[in-house]
Amino acid sequence: MNDTVIDIEDAVVSYREDIALRGATLRVNPGEFVGIVGPNGAGKTTLLTIVNGLGKLVHGRVSVLGHCLTPGNGHCLRKKVGYVAQVQNIDPRMPMSVRDVVMIGRYGLLGLLRGPRRHDWQIVDEVLELVGMTHLARRPIGHLSGGEQQRVAIARCLAQEPEIFLLDEPTASLDWKAKSDILDLVKLIHSSRHLTTLFVTHDLSSLPLACDRVVLMKNGLIWGEGSPKELLTDDNLSKLYDMPLWAVEKRRREAVLA
Amino acid sequence: MDLSIFGYHFMQNAILSAFLGGIACSTVGVFVVLMHMPFIGVCMAHAAFAGALLALWLGFDPLIGAFALSLLSAAIIGPLADRGELNPETSVGVIFSLMLGLAFLFMGLMPGTRSTALELLWGSILTNTRSDIILLGVVAAAVVGLVCLFYKEVQATIFNRDMALSVGVPATLTLYAVLFLTGATITTSLRSIGGLLIFSLILNPAAAAYQLTYNMKRMFLLSAAFGVLSGWIGLLISYAADIPSGATIVITSSVIFMIAAIFSPKRKVKGWRAKKLADENSA
Repeated sequence: MNDTVIDIEDAVVSYREDIALRGATLRVNPGEFVGIVGPNGAGKTTLLTIVNGLGKLVHGRVSVLGHCLTPGNGHCLRKKVGYVAQVQNIDPRMPMSVRDVVMIGRYGLLGLLRGPRRHDWQIVDEVLELVGMTHLARRPIGHLSGGEQQRVAIARCLAQEPEIFLLDEPTASLDWKAKSDILDLVKLIHSSRHLTTLFVTHDLSSLPLACDRVVLMKNGLIWGEGSPKELLTDDNLSKLYDMPLWAVEKRRREAVLA
Repeated sequence: MDLSIFGYHFMQNAILSAFLGGIACSTVGVFVVLMHMPFIGVCMAHAAFAGALLALWLGFDPLIGAFALSLLSAAIIGPLADRGELNPETSVGVIFSLMLGLAFLFMGLMPGTRSTALELLWGSILTNTRSDIILLGVVAAAVVGLVCLFYKEVQATIFNRDMALSVGVPATLTLYAVLFLTGATITTSLRSIGGLLIFSLILNPAAAAYQLTYNMKRMFLLSAAFGVLSGWIGLLISYAADIPSGATIVITSSVIFMIAAIFSPKRKVKGWRAKKLADENSA
């Protein structure tokens, strides 16, 4: 079991009366790229929050990078896990530049009472170059478009030098071009840095082709897992999204034509 | 104008109080403006006022009552805002009205003259004593010192609390520290500026600085400068026109804000972008 990076066993998470995860079990190997797909409210984001130590387990066991997750020790774990969320609403007048925001990624590593050194700024500039944002580095963060903001979020995540890369619907609300650019960038990062990557989406068209494995989630449970080809069949999708088979077939055909 | 008044001890005390109070209030104001929680500040100011009146009624030092009740209000609002359970405006509105009600209740229950109570409402910077100044100095030093020491954490928490948490910054602790500092600043400045007016000295200098810069460090510095300037110009006008100093200080800070808003480069975002892009293209 030593080569498992993420080991989730029978995890139950609840937010007051709602049970978000009802006994999910998942193992992820180092360097693996796992796509997590399912309808809204299936527990996909909650699954990510227990990996980065922000979620609170009611039952079950979670071990990430050899750390057993208990309330209170999530703090040290989060420094090793990069997290990119959906496009956020950023105050257009926020007095911070793109470079400042990417530097936040290093704050957890730096720890208290230590300011960024030249080496940290070098890393920030390197990751900005990798995501193709060097030309906007000094622009106020609130002036960027959604796609540019997601590139900055990915750069911030890489500045953290994480061992695990979590992406929670990073392409939601982006236009078609921005969406495919972000997907290409995620693929590039995964292949060049061999980061263990978990990519959550409710939208099949945003599922990167690079996925080694797809996990389907529904009602807080892992509903199925396997290679994208064998799992993402019309039949499975019709059951996952509670849609008649003919409707799934029609939509997928239309999507291909589009 | 006869400036010999500045040779008097009480005036020097007032100038020093305006300096220290201006720095503390306007630094705290940067959090209030950037974290979009102006109502939390208003609410804490009124809670401090109600607490001071309660202490006066019960015969304690008003400072203790003010500090206790403003922290209590922060302790109630903080978790509600943090967890996003209730719209912060709603929860703050409920606590705000309760605090105002309590303040008037304690004022009504108080025996004898109410001049001390009214002084807390309007503020009286000219009667500040040496011990008031020491207290203001301690709070101003604590606020500035903590912001300098924990600037990274403050910056990340202001930008996005969830994101700060996800990179391992203790954002929840930072939020509560900010609320605590806000309570301490309001409490110690209550006697000088007054419960009704203090909030403008927190909000206006920071809001003015917010109009003028895209750099957070610069915003802290500008805000502190505007806070001190509001205090000093306000004092001068109050002396020259013989009107209450709390009012002139607050009105000065509002005028500074209006000037900053009129000349704000952020109002011309599109123009700024076009110019920047043109610069980049020609480079």
